Amino acid sequence: MTHEHERLRIKTWIFAVVVVSSNVFGNFFLKLGMPPTLATPLDYITVLFHPWVALGVLLLIVWLMSRMALLSWADLSYVLPVTSVGYVLVAVVGKFLLNEQITMKRWSGIGLIVAGVALVSGGSVPQTAHPQPNAARPGQ
Amino acid sequence: MRWLLIGIIVAATTVGEVLQAAGMRRHGEIRDFRPGAIGRALAVLARNRFVIAAVAAMAVSFFAYLALLTISELSFAVPATAVTYVLETVLAKYVLKEHVNWLRWVGASLVICGVALVSL
Repeated sequence: MTHEHERLRIKTWIFAVVVVSSNVFGNFFLKLGMPPTLATPLDYITVLFHPWVALGVLLLIVWLMSRMALLSWADLSYVLPVTSVGYVLVAVVGKFLLNEQITMKRWSGIGLIVAGVALVSGGSVPQTAHPQPNAARPGQ
Repeated sequence: MRWLLIGIIVAATTVGEVLQAAGMRRHGEIRDFRPGAIGRALAVLARNRFVIAAVAAMAVSFFAYLALLTISELSFAVPATAVTYVLETVLAKYVLKEHVNWLRWVGASLVICGVALVSL
């Protein structure tokens, strides 16, 4: 059982990194490519073909799929706080790539998020709810 | 207008992510990550009612989010949508029957306060 927990924990961490980075960079490119206004319903479709928006959407598809994979074994109440480390990454990317100032308020927010993530990831195993007995039937 | 969009985003995200978790839990752990196996898993998931409903809800949330980004800053959008953490953790306990121990409650609360501080 310890081996099983260890295997799940490592797999969970690998996927959490993919989920977080695809989300952060996906949203970054989405914001980069968004025009100031979307006037007509058609604009919502055509904007998807803008290169930065398209890259953002591609990364968000990676995000969706890796998150679905992660949720196939990990609890939602575990995945939610652990993947919120993305908010920290956004602030750090802002500081080092865009030279933004990080205020005292923002540093304390980062501290709280990191503490929350550490509590949840260090204090419980990723999976508590047991899968349904007939869940993993191949070819279902 | 922006509060209406926030309301739509929060409701659609919460419903979508809880359905996504329920659907994936029913599917069972994904263990094989070779391209062919991923394709087969996607084909199975495309017929999973929970996953279909989840993707529909998340599409609503995505387009509402696009609309919100055009009329407001990320620093308004992000903290306002952090309320989904509370709703989803509560639903994880009562709908998905997860064992949310006190460390997870404290951790989720710290994250919510942190998100608010980072983005306000």
